[in-house]
Amino acid sequence: MNSDQPLLALEDVEVRYRVTSGWFGGADVYAVNGVSLSVAEGETLGIVGESGCGKSTLGQAIVGLTPITAGSIRLKGADRAQSNTHIQIIFQDPQSSLDPRLPVWRLITEPLHIRGGYSRTQLIDRATELAVSVGLRPEQIDRYPHEFSGGQRQRIAIARALAVEPELLVLDEPTSALDVSVQAQIVNLLLTLQAQRKLSYALISHDVSLVRHVADRVAVMYLGQIVEAGLAQEVLDGPRHPYTRTLLEAVPSFERPLATIAPRAGELPSNRKLPTGCYFRDRCPSATAGCELPQILKAVEGARTVRCHVVTGALEAPR
Amino acid sequence: MSAQRGDILLDIDDLSLEFRTFRGAVKALNGISIKVRAGEIVGVVGESGCGKSVTMMAAMRLLPKGSARITGGAVRLFGSDPMKLSERELQHVRGRQVSTIFQEPMNALNPTRRIGEQVIEVIRRHQRLSNAAARQKAIGLLRDMLISEPERIMQAYPFELSGGMRQRVLIAMAFSCEPKLIIADEPTTALDVTVQALILSLIRQKAVSTGTAVVFISHDMAVVSQLCDRLYVLYAGRVAESGTTASVLAAPAHPYTRALIRCLPGLAAPKQPLEQIPGTLPDMLNPPPGCLFRARCREADERCVEVPPLSAIDPSRRAACWRRIEETEAA
Amino acid sequence: MTMEATGFARHPSAAREGLRRLWYRVKGSPLTLVGAGIALVVLLVIVAAPILAPYPPDRISLSARLAAPSLQHLFGTDEVGRDLFSRVLFGARASCGIAFAIVIISTVVGSIVGCLSGVVGGVVDTAIMRLMDVFLALPALILAMALAAALGPSLFNAMLAVAVVRVPAYVRLARGQTLALRNRTYVKASRSFGASPAYLLRWHILPNALSPIIVQATLDLGGTILTAAALSFIGLGAQPPTSEWGSMVSSGRNYFLDQWWYITFPGLAILVSAMGFNLLGDGLRDMLDPRLGGR
Repeated sequence: MNSDQPLLALEDVEVRYRVTSGWFGGADVYAVNGVSLSVAEGETLGIVGESGCGKSTLGQAIVGLTPITAGSIRLKGADRAQSNTHIQIIFQDPQSSLDPRLPVWRLITEPLHIRGGYSRTQLIDRATELAVSVGLRPEQIDRYPHEFSGGQRQRIAIARALAVEPELLVLDEPTSALDVSVQAQIVNLLLTLQAQRKLSYALISHDVSLVRHVADRVAVMYLGQIVEAGLAQEVLDGPRHPYTRTLLEAVPSFERPLATIAPRAGELPSNRKLPTGCYFRDRCPSATAGCELPQILKAVEGARTVRCHVVTGALEAPR
Repeated sequence: MSAQRGDILLDIDDLSLEFRTFRGAVKALNGISIKVRAGEIVGVVGESGCGKSVTMMAAMRLLPKGSARITGGAVRLFGSDPMKLSERELQHVRGRQVSTIFQEPMNALNPTRRIGEQVIEVIRRHQRLSNAAARQKAIGLLRDMLISEPERIMQAYPFELSGGMRQRVLIAMAFSCEPKLIIADEPTTALDVTVQALILSLIRQKAVSTGTAVVFISHDMAVVSQLCDRLYVLYAGRVAESGTTASVLAAPAHPYTRALIRCLPGLAAPKQPLEQIPGTLPDMLNPPPGCLFRARCREADERCVEVPPLSAIDPSRRAACWRRIEETEAA
Repeated sequence: MTMEATGFARHPSAAREGLRRLWYRVKGSPLTLVGAGIALVVLLVIVAAPILAPYPPDRISLSARLAAPSLQHLFGTDEVGRDLFSRVLFGARASCGIAFAIVIISTVVGSIVGCLSGVVGGVVDTAIMRLMDVFLALPALILAMALAAALGPSLFNAMLAVAVVRVPAYVRLARGQTLALRNRTYVKASRSFGASPAYLLRWHILPNALSPIIVQATLDLGGTILTAAALSFIGLGAQPPTSEWGSMVSSGRNYFLDQWWYITFPGLAILVSAMGFNLLGDGLRDMLDPRLGGR
């Protein structure tokens, strides 16, 4: 196996699509605008950002649910389409990610059922095994999704993703739809599974403290771009990019009083029409001359990269 | 103590309520007591199914008539029992004295009418103002919400605004008739954190400057702790703990509150297992006797088969836990 | 590992759960119960007509022509002395049986075409939907009359004509369902595992699109009974001597003033059965309305 290649490598990935609106054609949505990132084996990469930053689209592009319009996605050095490395995705809402009309064993083994060539008993045996590994009881596999709580449904979804022995799981807001006490159960399960199965995770979340807890590295996204990346604790404890700082100040916390957020910082620009220059310029508290130019992602110290000329001193236009 | 600031606006006393379903009666509320005084910001926290929204909807008499049935306790809203008011009187109370802000701002606005018309209509429904005066007032209210071009926003239709902007409009509408009490039901849950921070600070500023009391319903302990003077932690249709925000956070008394705070990922060492609350809510069709948190509680013992009363454990706080009650008595 | 015991862990399947919920709601809606009762009686009559009927429907008894209702002839007799009660019972087979056949044909054809249209999309989808629009633009009864007249008057042709007229409604419904379901997360999840469109259709889309289609079918039964009876009434459907409500009303018309029972009982049969299926369908639609949530 090619060990010097990262498990997942994205190079300048762009995702654009047209939405039709009304009778007169439509508008282009610039969902992902040149994202490069990598995930090593056994590593967790956190992808943080607010709604509309393109993080979910990026996740769907990684698993092939959304076509990319430019760039490349490689798995262990091979193109995604040709690779036999398995990636699976866990969706946010376990309520809607399970077909209400199928029993649990059939849901869990859906990837195998699609592949074909398994007998009913083989599927049931495999489902039992997987169900137990995510903390469900073997006899529960005959039941239907509506009989389970949100946390249990998410366990079922995780078991289903594990059915084909994936090496990478894309976790798209895996705990956001769950109650706080249940979130902890699912986080613990994900940590245990990662240790047992040497899984890699791409954890997409708006929850900064969750990412800080689970991820090794983090990429902060804004309007389809990575604005800051680095080791999770370093970035989230000492943000350098103005957007990362705004985001972290806004996170509700027991230790801090209510943040006073400038009103313009509370409105995300539209991804239908990209701003020129720095995408964050209009909301940025420290915008100065130079911000009207496109910004590049540049290393500052160690593994940290920041897309802001004020921080990096880099002002040359990108290629 | 901040709780003594004014008259009691809303007094929910030992309220029990059930929903009739095809499986039987779901006991949604099992003796909830909440008091809200003039001018204070009160948080009501709990996980889904704890009854936080149901309690407030019941107090406003907004629950569907057929399926919800009050089985015990009483509600006094501005001194009168909302269950006994006529529809007309109720309308008056809901419009002039209490306003509500909901989670999904899109559903609360009429999609076919301009923002301005809707704000002005709400103002004129409850106040004798000319169209022009109401318009001036609407612009002022929107400006209070830090909306930079209120005239332009008044001309817009709801779909043209972002979720955060819509919620700001609705907050402006809620404050427009100068109510004494605002009930905000998870108003920031559907929004991003930067927008949430803005909305929270706007609610706080406006409430403090007008002296309006706010009941803020949320599942997020951190949000409530930042916003509220006092809070109630609900579990399975009962109050587990109540008190000033500072005292509850500094030393949570009820094991459920403690677990709820500790299971947040922000407080643990990275990659280490989080403290989790085992199990799920009890079956609310047939709630077990005694403390409803018993089955998930680390500190439970034989005393807990009886329902612990919500008792004062120090001057600023009350908790429904036999352990704390015993400790208080011993001290 | 934590084990979670919820109160909802006793029911074996989604279908059973659905039935329980349905029964709970039906109990609260007397009109739906009436509709269900009528539907049951109609079904019973269709199955057991030979046992229930006191006379063979075609037995002519010239001595008892146009007899008024009595204990011998509950609904009286017609102009050749046939027992109207027996004819109404047997008429259920033609009138309602044909309605069932029509609804089944149009449901099956409509669902398949609609789901395919939704899944395939593109030009095929547009072509199918525009064709359906053409059908929908014409009044149903007129179109059925034209078709029945062109094919020649017979019960089978009338059935075919009404079925064709009913298809577009199901195509639209099934297509709408498919488009909605295609965006469900579980369909997306299945796609991410590499499922083909055929797999999605078979396992996720058809099973989940079914319940609104069934409701629509129940609701349509009433209308179809009326349309079929109307075709027979104007002579484009069932031909004599078949006992069919529409044609009975048609021939009873001549005796309306003096022998009221001849036209009244078949007419009432049409009215009651059409109303019954409508009430049932209406009730089912309200109960399966997703906006009611889990109540």
